[in-house]
Amino acid sequence: MAECGRVDSNTSHTMDKSITLPPDEIFRNLENAKRFAIDIGGSLTKLAYYSTVQHKVAKVRSFDHTAKAAAGDKLYEISMQEEVTARLHFIKFENAYIETCLDFIKDHLVNTETKVIKATGGGAHKFKELIERKLGLKVDKEDEMTCLIKGCNFVLKNIPHEAFVYAKHADSEFRFQTTNPDIFPYLLVNIGSGVSIVKVESEDKFERIGGSSIGGGTFWGLGALLTKTKRFDELLQLASKGQHASVDMLVKDIYGGSYGYLGLTGDLIASSFGKSATADKDFSKEDMAKSLLHMISNDIGQLACLYAKLHNLSRVYFGGFFIRGHPVTMHTITYSINFFTKGEVQALFLRHEGYLGTIGAFLKGAEEDNPNQYSWGENYAGSSGLMSVSPDMNPMQRARSGTFDMLEMDRLERQLVNLPLLQDPSSYIPDTVDLTEDALAREYWLYCFEEALDGVVKRAVASQPDMPEAALRAEKFRQKYRHKLQTLRQQPFAYGSLTVRSLLDTREHCLNEFNFPDPYSKIKQRENDIALKYYQKAVKSLDELSWEEKQFALVRGVLAGNVFDWGAKATDFCIFFFIPLSERPWLVDSYDQWLERLKGPPHKCALFFVDNSGVDIILGVMPFVRELLSRGTEVVLASNSGPALNDVTNGELQILTERIAAMDPVIEAGLREDRLLLVQSGSSSPCLDLSRLDKVLAMVVRERQTDLVIIEGMGRAIHTNYYAMLSCESLKMAVIKNSWLADRLGGKLFSVVFKYEVPAGKPNKDCGAFSPS
Amino acid sequence: MDKAKSMVDKKGASGPFHVNNGQSQKVFHSHVMVATNGSCCSSSSSNAFGSSTVPSGSGTFENMHHLHRGDDAECNGSPAKRCRLRRRTESVRKHRPPFPWFGMDIGGTLVKLVYFEPVDITAEEEQEEVENLKSIRRYLTSNVAYGKTGVRDVHLELRNLTMCGRTGNLHFIRFPTQAMPRFIQMGRDKNFSSLHTTLCATGGGAYKFENEFRMMADLELLKLDELDCLIRGLLFVDRVGFNGHPECYYFQNPSDTQSCVKKPCTLDNPFPMLLVNIGSGVSILAVYSENNYKRVTGTSLGGGTFLGLCCLLTGCETFEEALEMASKGDSTNVDKLVKDIYGGDYERFGLQGSAVASSFGHMMSKEKRDSISKEDLARATLVTITNNIGSIARMCAVNEKIERVVFVGNFLRINTVSTKLLAYAMDYWSKGQLRALFLEHEGYFGAVGALMELLKTTEDP
Repeated sequence: MAECGRVDSNTSHTMDKSITLPPDEIFRNLENAKRFAIDIGGSLTKLAYYSTVQHKVAKVRSFDHTAKAAAGDKLYEISMQEEVTARLHFIKFENAYIETCLDFIKDHLVNTETKVIKATGGGAHKFKELIERKLGLKVDKEDEMTCLIKGCNFVLKNIPHEAFVYAKHADSEFRFQTTNPDIFPYLLVNIGSGVSIVKVESEDKFERIGGSSIGGGTFWGLGALLTKTKRFDELLQLASKGQHASVDMLVKDIYGGSYGYLGLTGDLIASSFGKSATADKDFSKEDMAKSLLHMISNDIGQLACLYAKLHNLSRVYFGGFFIRGHPVTMHTITYSINFFTKGEVQALFLRHEGYLGTIGAFLKGAEEDNPNQYSWGENYAGSSGLMSVSPDMNPMQRARSGTFDMLEMDRLERQLVNLPLLQDPSSYIPDTVDLTEDALAREYWLYCFEEALDGVVKRAVASQPDMPEAALRAEKFRQKYRHKLQTLRQQPFAYGSLTVRSLLDTREHCLNEFNFPDPYSKIKQRENDIALKYYQKAVKSLDELSWEEKQFALVRGVLAGNVFDWGAKATDFCIFFFIPLSERPWLVDSYDQWLERLKGPPHKCALFFVDNSGVDIILGVMPFVRELLSRGTEVVLASNSGPALNDVTNGELQILTERIAAMDPVIEAGLREDRLLLVQSGSSSPCLDLSRLDKVLAMVVRERQTDLVIIEGMGRAIHTNYYAMLSCESLKMAVIKNSWLADRLGGKLFSVVFKYEVPAGKPNKDCGAFSPS
Repeated sequence: MDKAKSMVDKKGASGPFHVNNGQSQKVFHSHVMVATNGSCCSSSSSNAFGSSTVPSGSGTFENMHHLHRGDDAECNGSPAKRCRLRRRTESVRKHRPPFPWFGMDIGGTLVKLVYFEPVDITAEEEQEEVENLKSIRRYLTSNVAYGKTGVRDVHLELRNLTMCGRTGNLHFIRFPTQAMPRFIQMGRDKNFSSLHTTLCATGGGAYKFENEFRMMADLELLKLDELDCLIRGLLFVDRVGFNGHPECYYFQNPSDTQSCVKKPCTLDNPFPMLLVNIGSGVSILAVYSENNYKRVTGTSLGGGTFLGLCCLLTGCETFEEALEMASKGDSTNVDKLVKDIYGGDYERFGLQGSAVASSFGHMMSKEKRDSISKEDLARATLVTITNNIGSIARMCAVNEKIERVVFVGNFLRINTVSTKLLAYAMDYWSKGQLRALFLEHEGYFGAVGALMELLKTTEDP
């Protein structure tokens, strides 16, 4: 959140146009910007542009091993390359700054190919002339509602945890909804000055099925008349302090109690403002504002329910300036919907509700780039996140007017889809613990990440020894990430549900932001080099074991390799075998069932989500894979598309596998016969979201009739997916390397989780029959 | 409705009004076996006792529920003899209740009182009538205003009505609920309890003031559900008609202010109907038969909201004042119309430029707030509340698949702005599918229903 240099919050409604903007923090990447869109509302302007970001990526390249001399110690070389990726920028600011902002954009816009700016919103025509004059761009107006819907579809599809339920008195104010890949149909109730109720059936099909003239404008206009209070925000503040019962006629005012016959409770409002007609007294501004707020919220809620019922829709999203992050209105609307539908319909709100119009206008203008064919991801480093607007929670932030809010979205290289093997995609929640709701866990993990920050900074600097400014960048990273952690402490809901995964991802985004694409590259390289030397030895000793001993040794190898994290020094292969693995029975132990299963027919195809580099992948996973291949099971190895911690990336794994194939005929045959496949997961996270996976992976999984999913490591099998239900057999293996988490799960440090699951009602032998989701 | 219209015309020509349409005729006949005792509730302008003898026929069990008549065999015999039995204790089961006959509906804002004034009192009766009763009758029938706030709606009086074998005039009186304590006080002063009548009361106030009636005036209320009473009263008044004219009306050409005219009609085969009762708040009922209905929903934006907001915005004090102001105002100075935002129609969504986009939307601007007139504000308040009720009613009608929407309640009293607006809204937004109907006795049906309950006590086993 970039604050602009505003003097005093008391003067916040006087227009100070001489502000100096911290340009690099707000209108980022302007030099490459093209395709502008602007949505000018009654008080806020939302600007959108498409830009490209140049940043460093770490690439691995195999040495040419035909030249024996070069073979040396290292398997592959790491090089830093510049890569250009697409990013969408959205900035929200008060209309008062529009001129300053336009001037700034004009001065910094390098790209001259841009000729048009898409515009929407009620204020678009008012500022048309100004925009054209300042920017020299032609203003091209787009229909407001069309933009709104397009924007809404876009955020619902691309931003996990976009929608939330508001619960004023719950532990967590915001309860985020799991991302349902099937977003249609839904009802959008847009509460601007009036109300529009729109039924959205598909990307291009929507219809305004109704509306009401009693909306935000009524609250504002009537409220201003009644209370002599000018500003919308102030009216809401008045309302939050008032008592509506002194103005409204309640059921108990008429009945003396409840109207039991109809089940109407005494506190129900029978007649809004009913007492002001009869009682001969003055009413307080607060009470009148509260009564008005209830009247309007209830009315809108009632209409929304009537339309939802008529069209048989259960997903109802609310937006518009009346809602826009105001806890008071979200609360009254939620209350109203609960009352009128008896809980059958939930009122849903959106984190990026304020941006819908500008996103939609932007998408209209960018149709030739076809942004909808890509997947996009919220960049946590560049986005402000959802603000706490609850006055009790964070009084400072009520003065939001001087702030610039930002949303940045990265175009993902791969299109992301659900894993087709999820039992119920709509109820799948990747994360095991929601830190938004679990205050103790939140405290612990925020502390953990803060503690670890120094180490991360050091490692980042170390990863770029030949770059002298690395230390400075690393310091900037530290500040940025620390600020994010502080923000999340105050507003755990800033980016949706707070999870260990989101904390890790935020750190990766921040590292990338400051050009530390792969701080672990050198460590991974070294570990891989060393581990590879022991591969043949390991395979040989495994082959000497009896079948049963071997199966256990393979499992133990994966688990031990997983313990063997980047912290440990893999100098001696012997250490690998003496890793202090806890004795069986493990904390979660279904090894016996797994062994029984192995005595049966081989699986058709196993999908293996791998974790760390070095001993983990080479000495743990690969022998396991080798055994599966020997059994006649095809294996799909899924690794990260981009770097995250010391996790092996797809690029690295390609090289490693080639090297292993050169030593091992089983792996070699697997590759040659196309029975061993290396695919990328589409992710660059130490965790795993099975609802956002590479489309190619999903395709392979389907084609190969995958009947076994193996997930390895703490990030993928415990922090996430611990409770994930799959429609085929699954095996989750991890060692808990964190004593707090171990404690939480009822175990100790280095407790082992070995969770083999067969979906209910599915006998083993049928597992080969893949059922499409 | 053309059929209804022609019927009205025919009746108009044929003199005395008869309840004689389709189904209701059947119902009517099956009840009119109480011949000796009167013409049973038909507001026949003819005579009093025994004039309309109708074949006593199949008084089926269900018909016995109709409290306004059907007191069959027990009502036979000499009326004079019956009338002597005045004490409630004796007559409550077998006979009609003693006078005075009141029905009361105590709402959030107004108390509605209906009083049956018998005009067929015999000399004998007159003699026996206690002084108390006489004075009540004279007080109510010889005044049109009671105290500062009580009003008798003389124009609504139903004359020569036969109820429970007696002929008389039904008077419609209203006063603010705030005056309830004074009313109870009066009941005590007039020693009302000595009359041993049952005071049938409905509306929330029946519950709220029950104790005060008991404590202050030694009166026991017979509390009745307001929606039951509303429906019963409405169907009754519609059936007996309005002194030879239909009780019900609608607007022809509701979409055209020039040619929009009020047209009488009968609630021909009334079920199902969506009944929208606009009092202080609003209740919306789906009515499938006299005894089968459900409350679909309600809204707190009702008559009380209109008056409450008007009082706050304009400083007015009464409904009449508020309506008077509203009639002179122009809501488009207050409301933001579609054309104020889009410069014309919003064609993408088929919204006319003249449609209201945001009620009170212009009032977001300080300049406009500073220059707005009270009349404009009153009009905008009226239009906002009315349109909103219309909108909710329409949605309910569609959800419940009911095409006939009947609007009642005192909000519609002397309020042609709202009735026409509702008629227009129903017609326009439903593309002619829905028809708004109104009733002349707007807010009194609950009270009538309560009175009928009193008379029903004579027939229940």
